[in-house]
Amino acid sequence: MLKGKSLVSIDDVATDDIFEIFKLASEYKKKVSKGEVLSELNGKIMATLFFEPSTRTRLSFESAMHRLGGSVITVSEAKSSSASKGETIADTIRMASSYSDIVVMRHPMEGAARLASEFSSVPVLNGGDGSGQHPTQTILDLFTIWEKFGRIEGLNVSLVGDLKYGRTVHSLIKALSRFENAINLISPEILQMPEHVLSGIKNQQNIRKISNLEDVLDRSDVFYVTRIQKERFVDMNDYAKVIGSYSFDLATVSKMKESAIIMHPLPRVDEINPEVDRDKRALYFTQASNGVFVRMAIISMILGVR
Amino acid sequence: MGDEKVLRINKIGDGIVIDHIEPGNALEVLEVLKISGKDGMTVSLLMNVPSGKVGTKDIVKIEKKKLAKNELDKISLVSPKATINVISDYEIKQKFTVDIPEKVVGVIKCSNQNCVTNSKEPVTTTFTRESSQDGMRFRCHYCDRTMSLSEVKKSIIR
Repeated sequence: MLKGKSLVSIDDVATDDIFEIFKLASEYKKKVSKGEVLSELNGKIMATLFFEPSTRTRLSFESAMHRLGGSVITVSEAKSSSASKGETIADTIRMASSYSDIVVMRHPMEGAARLASEFSSVPVLNGGDGSGQHPTQTILDLFTIWEKFGRIEGLNVSLVGDLKYGRTVHSLIKALSRFENAINLISPEILQMPEHVLSGIKNQQNIRKISNLEDVLDRSDVFYVTRIQKERFVDMNDYAKVIGSYSFDLATVSKMKESAIIMHPLPRVDEINPEVDRDKRALYFTQASNGVFVRMAIISMILGVR
Repeated sequence: MGDEKVLRINKIGDGIVIDHIEPGNALEVLEVLKISGKDGMTVSLLMNVPSGKVGTKDIVKIEKKKLAKNELDKISLVSPKATINVISDYEIKQKFTVDIPEKVVGVIKCSNQNCVTNSKEPVTTTFTRESSQDGMRFRCHYCDRTMSLSEVKKSIIR
């Protein structure tokens, strides 16, 4: 039961609830595509507090709330207002939660959402905290896989790129390892999956570090590619080398299974050549659009209208 | 045999005796208890004294002192095998071994500089003890990062 709960980490969501969200998200997806106007959250208010820039997450949360007939109050630049005056997150959230029925927060510090949920009088949805967690992204990632394969188990999934700082993969690996999936980790030495994430996973026998992307190209069902940030490298020659080995172009894609899919939390930079966009296996834009339906489902379940 | 060594210093009337401290750690125990010597407390210190059980040990006796829960937790992290003797009227009223708690609350600082608990928020740090192949680790309730026991020792709030 998600009703009345905050969503800080994917661990806060029971497996049954994940499937409930999938069902409801599919229903909303159909309704929205048919042009139905929904009013389930009439009179409900969502406050969005983004202390860090966001495009997709913010837009899709706000779109989700509007699609359900609710309204959104927001601070255009949370960082430049309350935080710059020295207000704590605790105080900001006390105030914002008294103005709304649900709060979405993104913050550059790890643990900020957990803290916010302890001071808020209404449920808090974590829209990303530093390099920590991004649970709604994970659920929409799982939903995209589920839509394509009809299941989220028994799959071979490769996580590619920056596995150290990319928070989406930290939440995703936790969720995927709840089910019987073979998980391959493919990243440059300096951007490997942190030990604190791996040590938090009970079922580790199906997780493997793979040094070469080529080794899994014809095996994997899902390639989850993340952006490798240039600023992580001191030497730009190292970046150039790395990006070559972890990027996808049509030649790479031609070695993949016909049924495989490529996902990316976006924004992508050099990891996926735009020529790949035309391939049916490129699912990252579908994934991004699913963000709205999955967030609609999460919001309405938490607010108890479903 | 250990008790005989305690007798090297006069018995205390009221207070605590922290015995079986890992040799060389007595000063650290005093430090985490925020006892500097300038607070007027009567403190006796024995370092590297022979002990049948563990080879050598340190002992700290503090007069007119009671230990709070978070002080016991700090001692357990500095010296997990230490024993506490609570003395009243020259008698040992209570004797127990410290225990590293499952939840370490308000005792250590998170080693992740970007953890929200390291900003000015009104929160108390909370870590959960987990067992791992190389001993134990402590997971931050807020940022989910883990610390080893040796890292935790360095991060005790002093």
